[in-house]
Amino acid sequence: MIEIVNLNKSFGENVVLKDVNLTIEKGQTKVIIGRSGVGKSVLLKSIIGILIPDSGSIKIDGVEVTDLPEKEYNKIRMKIGMVFQGGALFDSMNVAENVSFVLNEFMKLDKRAVNKKIEESLALVGLQGVEDMMPSELSGGMKKRVSLARVLCMGPEVIFYDEPTTGVDPITADAINSLIVELRNKLDVTSIVVTHDMNSAYKVADKIAMIYSGQVIAEGTPQEIQQATHPVVRQFINGDAKGPITDGEKLVFGHVT
Amino acid sequence: MVYRFISYIGELSLLGGRTFYWVFVPPFKFNRILTQSKRVGPESFFIASLVAFFIGIIMSLQMAYQMVELSAEIYIPSIVAISITRELAPVLTALIVAGRVGAGMTAELGTMTVTEQVDALKAFAVNPVKYLVVPRFLALVIMLPVLTIFADVIGILGGFVICVYKLFLSPSLYWSMVIQSLTAKDILTGLCKTIVFGAIIALVGCHQGLNVDSGAEGVGKATTQSVVVSFILIIMADCLFTTMFYFIWNI
Repeated sequence: MIEIVNLNKSFGENVVLKDVNLTIEKGQTKVIIGRSGVGKSVLLKSIIGILIPDSGSIKIDGVEVTDLPEKEYNKIRMKIGMVFQGGALFDSMNVAENVSFVLNEFMKLDKRAVNKKIEESLALVGLQGVEDMMPSELSGGMKKRVSLARVLCMGPEVIFYDEPTTGVDPITADAINSLIVELRNKLDVTSIVVTHDMNSAYKVADKIAMIYSGQVIAEGTPQEIQQATHPVVRQFINGDAKGPITDGEKLVFGHVT
Repeated sequence: MVYRFISYIGELSLLGGRTFYWVFVPPFKFNRILTQSKRVGPESFFIASLVAFFIGIIMSLQMAYQMVELSAEIYIPSIVAISITRELAPVLTALIVAGRVGAGMTAELGTMTVTEQVDALKAFAVNPVKYLVVPRFLALVIMLPVLTIFADVIGILGGFVICVYKLFLSPSLYWSMVIQSLTAKDILTGLCKTIVFGAIIALVGCHQGLNVDSGAEGVGKATTQSVVVSFILIIMADCLFTTMFYFIWNI
C-alpha cells in the first residue's frame, strides 16, 4: 500500500504539488489524471525518490521513505518498476540488454536463465524476435512495451506508468491498456497510471484521482468520476476547450480562416 | 561572475568527491572502464599523435630561426624535448581530449538526462555517478597519461625530422642530446599534470551532461560550455602546477 500525506513540491517559485493526499491500496490500479504540467509525473518521481519532496509523507508498505537512507530506499525501489513516458530505454544497449538490465546489474544468473527471463518478459508484452534490435529501430509503441518488459523482468510488486498511451496509435493504446489490466489480474501488481487519456483511464482504473492546481480535487471509481459534477472535472473528462480550467488562459479557438 | 565560478567549482568538487567515493564501492565493472578507455585512448591516439608530431616540427623550426644565427642549433633537441615533455604534450593532448572526448561525454549524458534515461537508472536503484561518471573518470585519469607518453615520443620525433633533415644534425647526436637533457622529473611532472587534466575533463563533461535542463538546445549549450570550461580549467591548473613545481619544489 502507498500512502501520501500532505505532499508538497515546488521548483523555485513554481508550486507543483500542494498538500497532496492519496492512498493506493495493494493490488489496486489508481489512475491520476490532469492537464499536462500539473505535476502528475512529479508525483510519481517523488514516490520513487527521483525527486525529493519539500515536505509531507510517503509511506510504501508502511515504511516512511522521504527520509530513508539511499541504501534502504534502493531495497524498496527494487520492488517498484517505472515505465517512463518515452520508454527511457538505454540507447547504447539492444532490447535484450535493456530488458535484462536489472538482472545483469544485481543478480548473478547464468546466461540461459537470463535469456529465458528476457523471452518471457517480451512475450508478456506481445513481442518476439526483437532481442537484437536497438531502441532507435523501434516504434513508439514498441519502445513502451519493451520498457514495460524491462520492468516485468525484475518481478515488481508495484508498477508506475507515466503516460503509457501518449504518442501511440489507438490500436496500440488499447493493447497497452489491456496489458495493464491483464498484469493486474495475472500478477496482482499495484499500479499507478498517470495519463490524460480518458479512454485509457476508464479502461484500466479501479480508482481515478484528478490533480488540479497542485491538489487532488476529485477521487472515485471510473463511474463516480464520469458522474462528477465538479466543473473542472467535467471540463477535463469531456475535453472541452472552454471552461473553468482554461478561463484564465488567453486561448484563441475557432479563428482559422 | 566570481560567485558563479566559485559555486561551479564547488559543484565540481562535490561531484569529484562522490566519484572518488564510488570508485572504491563494489561491484567493480571493469568492462565499462575498458569501453570508456577505448574511447579515450585508441580512438584519440591518431589525432593526438598528429598534433604532437606537428608541434615537434613547429618547435624545431621556431628554435632554428633563433639558434642558427647563434650557431647554437645543437641545443634545439634539448629544448624541444624538455618543452614537449614538460608542457606542450600534456597540455595539448589534454585540450584535444577535452574537445573530442569531454564534449562527447556531455552530449551523451545530456541526451540520457533529457530522455529520462538517467531517471530510469535511479528508478532501478542504480547510482548514476557509479554507473556513468566513475568509468569515464577512471578511463580519462588512466588513459590521458598514456596518450601523453605517446605524444612525448612522437613530438620528439617531429623535432628529429627537422633537426636531421633540415639542420643536418646527425641522428645519433639528436638522440644523445635528447637523452642527456631529459631527466625523469621532466617526464613525470608532465604526466602528473595529465592525471589532474583527465579528472577535470571527466568531471566537467559529466557535470555538464547530468545538469542539462532542456531538450536539444540544452544539450548543445552544455556541450559548448563543457569544452570552454574544460579548456579554461586545464590552462588554470597547468599554470598552478607549473608555478608550484617551479617555486615550491624547484623542479
